[in-house]
Amino acid sequence: MSSETTTKIPEAAAVPPPGTATAKRRIPKGHQRLLTRRDRITLGLMAGVPTILHVALVWVTALASIALAFTTWDGIGFDSIQWVGLQNFKELFEQNPQFWPALQHNVIWFVVLIAIPTPLGLFLAVQLDKKIRFSRVYQTAFFLPVVLSMAVIGFVWQLVYNPDTGLINSVIGANEPGKYIDWIGDPDLNLWAILIAASWRHTGYMMILYLAGLKGVDPSLREASSLDGANEWQTFKNVIFPTLRPTNTVVLVVTIIEALRAFDLVFVFNKGAEGTELLSILVTNNIIGESSRIGYGSAIAVVLLLISLVVIIPYLVSTFRKERRA
Amino acid sequence: MSTTVMTKVRTPVRPARVLLHLFLAGAALAWLAPLLWAMYSAMRPYAETSEKGYVSWPDKLSFDNFTDAFTQSDMGHYFVNTMIIAVPAVLVTLFLSSMVAFYVSRFDFRLNLALLLVFTAGNLLPQQVIITPLYRLYLLVDLPGITMSGKLYDSALGLVLIHVAFQSGFCAFVLANYMRSLPHELTEAALVDGASVWRMYWQIVLPLCRPAMAALGTLLSIWIYNDFFWALVLISTGENMPITSALNNLTGAYFTDPNLVAAGALLTAIPTLIVYFVLQRQFVSGLTLGANKG
Repeated sequence: MSSETTTKIPEAAAVPPPGTATAKRRIPKGHQRLLTRRDRITLGLMAGVPTILHVALVWVTALASIALAFTTWDGIGFDSIQWVGLQNFKELFEQNPQFWPALQHNVIWFVVLIAIPTPLGLFLAVQLDKKIRFSRVYQTAFFLPVVLSMAVIGFVWQLVYNPDTGLINSVIGANEPGKYIDWIGDPDLNLWAILIAASWRHTGYMMILYLAGLKGVDPSLREASSLDGANEWQTFKNVIFPTLRPTNTVVLVVTIIEALRAFDLVFVFNKGAEGTELLSILVTNNIIGESSRIGYGSAIAVVLLLISLVVIIPYLVSTFRKERRA
Repeated sequence: MSTTVMTKVRTPVRPARVLLHLFLAGAALAWLAPLLWAMYSAMRPYAETSEKGYVSWPDKLSFDNFTDAFTQSDMGHYFVNTMIIAVPAVLVTLFLSSMVAFYVSRFDFRLNLALLLVFTAGNLLPQQVIITPLYRLYLLVDLPGITMSGKLYDSALGLVLIHVAFQSGFCAFVLANYMRSLPHELTEAALVDGASVWRMYWQIVLPLCRPAMAALGTLLSIWIYNDFFWALVLISTGENMPITSALNNLTGAYFTDPNLVAAGALLTAIPTLIVYFVLQRQFVSGLTLGANKG
């Protein structure tokens, strides 16, 4: 074993990191010495190449978003970057008429998703978990929207909501002048119209996650519960639901992330016009819209990043803690 | 499966069960309604619907709108564009993330938790957080002769790279969990016999991960095919667009004919539906693999 050449491979492998002296089996120290130098280089490349790609395109750009948020830049040449401190944020919070509505809509998006499709998905999962007939058919129907592209979902629901030719207005006769209901253009209505489409998709997603969670519930728990004379609802409330805790955590995180990521559906539906602004739409409009203000767009992205990290970090820390204990 | 559950199926018809079936059948129909409506609209000629209104009995049902949408908008070309992006992206993502997973699950280097954390967190970020600098970066990178545009911007290569970078987070996480569940003796024995690290990965660990790879591959194919956002921002030439973002342009062109738009949207959805129906099990297990372990 000669000393390291160029590749920075953690040589400390032979020394187990402190605090991991748990039940997990490790390769005995002797085996580390069986790695030839070529093996070490191979390992370095195997981990290094994907990491560099991921970090460069995802994390470096995320950090660049933070840095650029404090500057103005026209995108032509690096010497035109100017430090402006908190000016972008000031302008965003105080002068942008779309910012607070957008933030509010993201919050509404999450609240609606967690309040309606999530319990509905859980309810469907519990019913379909009973091994009833046609279970597969029902599952497929509810799950179909999850497979479709958000863009396609946007087009399909446009056909439902179109004020002149759409299903709803044609059925209720609201496509006549005087009784006209503009589901897509009316800022008081369009967010709710889109949320129905978003909920339509989210229900199936939640149903699948809960079905997987329910498969992990020990059948003997149910038996014990019914032997004790508990009815279906009592069994669910006191026995099944508490065991679904890990699934509930995942569901909560997934729903928050979905609410922050919502973009395609709204963009296809009405380009994020008045009434349906979202943070993601504001960021994107800053790139493909009329005015491309890099620093300003980055400032909106930073707000989005901070909200995301508040959710992502605690979730991952708790997940990985469990991993270590396992 | 406990026997009590199995015998339940044989019980005589109970009113509660009938009610439940009625509810589920009604809900399932309601769930399919928007898609059935799109299908119905797409099968009717525009002239007829504009004369009689959309909620009316059909005089003529045909697939003309589908063939029109497909030929008039050159859909085949955009479908090929999507394939040029999706196939390499799925394969490279699986390849790279399985290597990372192999490293963190088999070799107890100090880095591995941090590495996995970085990958997983990266995959959870909203795409818009990174898009502004990414867009600028793509405009800055010159690749004369390598891509049609001469830049990373507006090229299939650029889309493949961001898909790989973004999706490998989720896949590395899932595969690492999967590989941890494989017995350590497998690779330890190989190590003692003097097998190289690469051989361990390629000939021992990877073949055992086939189920997980199949599940992830299905999931990735559908996700990448369905992508709308990356292509919207990072592709500017209509010719280079994948099918979902091309659809967005088409609707602008055919805005006056909703029936044709419906047909176009449904045509776009067909490949995902085929993949889903053929590989349903893999798709669902892929979704839940990441969600609950063990």
